[in-house]
Amino acid sequence: MKYINDFRNGELAKAISHEIIDIVKSDKHYKFMEFCGGHTHAIHRYGIPSLLPENVEMIHGPGCPVCVLPMSRIDKAIKLALLPEVILCSYGDMLRVPGTDQKSLLKAKASGADVRMVYSVDDAISIAKTNPKKQVVFFAIGFETTTPPTAFAIKQAKKLYLKNFTVFCNHVLTPVAMDSLLQSKEVNLDGFVGPAHVSIIIGSNPYEVVSKKYNKPIVISGFEPLDVLHSILMLIKQINENRCEVEIQYTRAVKRLGNPISLNLMNEVLELRNTFEWRGLGFIDKSALQIKSEFKEFDAEMRFELPETIGKEHKQCICGTVLRGIKKPKECKLFEKVCTPENPLGSCMVSSEGACAAVYAYGRIN
Amino acid sequence: MITETIEKKLIGPKINFNKGNVDLTHGSGGRAMANLIEQLFMREFNNEFLSQNNDQACYQVTNGRMVISTDSYVISPIFFPGGDIGSLSVHGTVNDVAMSGAKPLYLSASYILEEGFPLSDLKKIVISMADAAKQAKIKIITGDTKVVERGKGDGVFITTTGVGVVPENVNISSNKAKPGDHVIISGYMGDHGVAIMSNRNNLKFSTTIKSDSAALNELISSMVSSVPDIHCLRDPTRGGLAATLNELALQSKVGFIIDENKVPIREEVASACELLGLDALYVANEGKCVVICDPSNSQPLLKVMRSHPLGLYSEIIGKVIEDPRHFVQLKTKLGGMRIVDWLSGEQLPRIC
Repeated sequence: MKYINDFRNGELAKAISHEIIDIVKSDKHYKFMEFCGGHTHAIHRYGIPSLLPENVEMIHGPGCPVCVLPMSRIDKAIKLALLPEVILCSYGDMLRVPGTDQKSLLKAKASGADVRMVYSVDDAISIAKTNPKKQVVFFAIGFETTTPPTAFAIKQAKKLYLKNFTVFCNHVLTPVAMDSLLQSKEVNLDGFVGPAHVSIIIGSNPYEVVSKKYNKPIVISGFEPLDVLHSILMLIKQINENRCEVEIQYTRAVKRLGNPISLNLMNEVLELRNTFEWRGLGFIDKSALQIKSEFKEFDAEMRFELPETIGKEHKQCICGTVLRGIKKPKECKLFEKVCTPENPLGSCMVSSEGACAAVYAYGRIN
Repeated sequence: MITETIEKKLIGPKINFNKGNVDLTHGSGGRAMANLIEQLFMREFNNEFLSQNNDQACYQVTNGRMVISTDSYVISPIFFPGGDIGSLSVHGTVNDVAMSGAKPLYLSASYILEEGFPLSDLKKIVISMADAAKQAKIKIITGDTKVVERGKGDGVFITTTGVGVVPENVNISSNKAKPGDHVIISGYMGDHGVAIMSNRNNLKFSTTIKSDSAALNELISSMVSSVPDIHCLRDPTRGGLAATLNELALQSKVGFIIDENKVPIREEVASACELLGLDALYVANEGKCVVICDPSNSQPLLKVMRSHPLGLYSEIIGKVIEDPRHFVQLKTKLGGMRIVDWLSGEQLPRIC
């Protein structure tokens, strides 16, 4: 805990906040995107906006795995869960995300589907071992952070000759999403607070291309509030000094080349999909992973025949534009009035990393 | 002499509490049920009300206002570090009665047992209830036992109802918080919830944290006798401190400002919460109270609370403010401000 509390120290935060106030140019408006929902959460939980000068604006990005999963994939997961032989294992956040017609895994569970919340894919393997007559499907979601454990589980299932374990793979990739956001030119940015945990796996090198191509500085930041403040300071310095680099603030965990063991594991079991749909961003080529043919027996999409689904979003929900950083949660007509954490109409209101949920939970003071 | 022999015949053979299991006859109203009541409940709870063998307990009504409260206990796991469903079912209801400022007097206890539940576990639970009642100086004076078929319950569920009497001049209610009032809590937050989580089957992590489950009636009694004018009292159980403050804000039509630095949270609890992605302010407690009082009374109350073993780590954590939106605001450790909202969904299922 010492190493966590040190990164939440109020005195140090004040010092960094003063330095930021000292160095910002008064005639310039700085606009940074925190790519990850984890950062959005930290920014609002610790009240960071109240420590920044008015001309430093933070906008949230699409880095919330629960939020970017399109409805069609949630609808598929619900269909899987409703198969009588299936036990669907999912991370907790996913259970309440609304699919078409406000259906969700939690509602499927209430109507009799066997849906279990797990903390790790390891739990799903254990459930498969103890329920040999059932088909255990792991609903794999997330960016590069949660991908290596999924790859490892698939390898393990092969080693154990597990015939009743499959993965419904929805893993997506970060740098490609950044590229897609900048390519659209819908949102003006001066730089990114870059992903923390994702970068532990992939390192900082994969961001170099994006940074150069669009001339945007990126500072890879830890998830603690002092990390975020420090990264904002580093971004402001880069801009004031006309630099455009990929810097690592989160040096205690991130290396340039990432974690080679995890990367090899991912390459061994998973491969690029031709295209994949993202909520808000549409179809992006080479932006997600699928299970390689050598491991296809563990691919739920191969084992079960699932009809194609077209998700129908709530007409007034603006999750898509919120995810692209174009609009803020409070600009949504449904926000706080109809769409609340108890009754989420869009995915951004569900996960604590979702921009709407973070603003709803912590940011309604002003 | 003759009646004694008849009674012995009726009561029948000694129940094997080491190896036996609950079966449907234990709830059927027949001899097996009578045996169980006699050999377990009557024996452990042993008091003059139960020994009258009536379907109800009759007691004298005291002058003044009486208080009644009921609660059901479905906690999983049944045994956890620092307690079990039995002691919890006494502490929880005693505390609910005590939070009115009342002196709790009597409890009823009702059991729903699942066929197959080990009698050894039932005995442990009943002994633990008896001990908890004895410590809290309260009597369990009436009860009921039902058995449901295997698969229709989850081992054991317990419902307890408590009655108590409020001392004169004490008028505590959740709608009495006023702007300017101080907020005191009686100690560390989140111990109970984390102790339960660490013992869940699918979440094996080791921690030394024990549940804080305890009866607060003695602490409350010393508080109201030195400062009768307490505005609100509440035990922050499900949903933790966050839920309790939000409820009070709504009922009293006020807002709160809480200082995160003042809220005592054990380092082990904070670490476990980090690991599980929980916020300790939302984690349940079973032996703590939140007190709202006039600022002139907060220091005298703090002194009384800190002199009791269950209030050693009491702190003034914030104050009541005017706020038509009834927000609970937190001054974070970092120096920023944020809202502590109602809990949405379930953070921890079945913690009490």
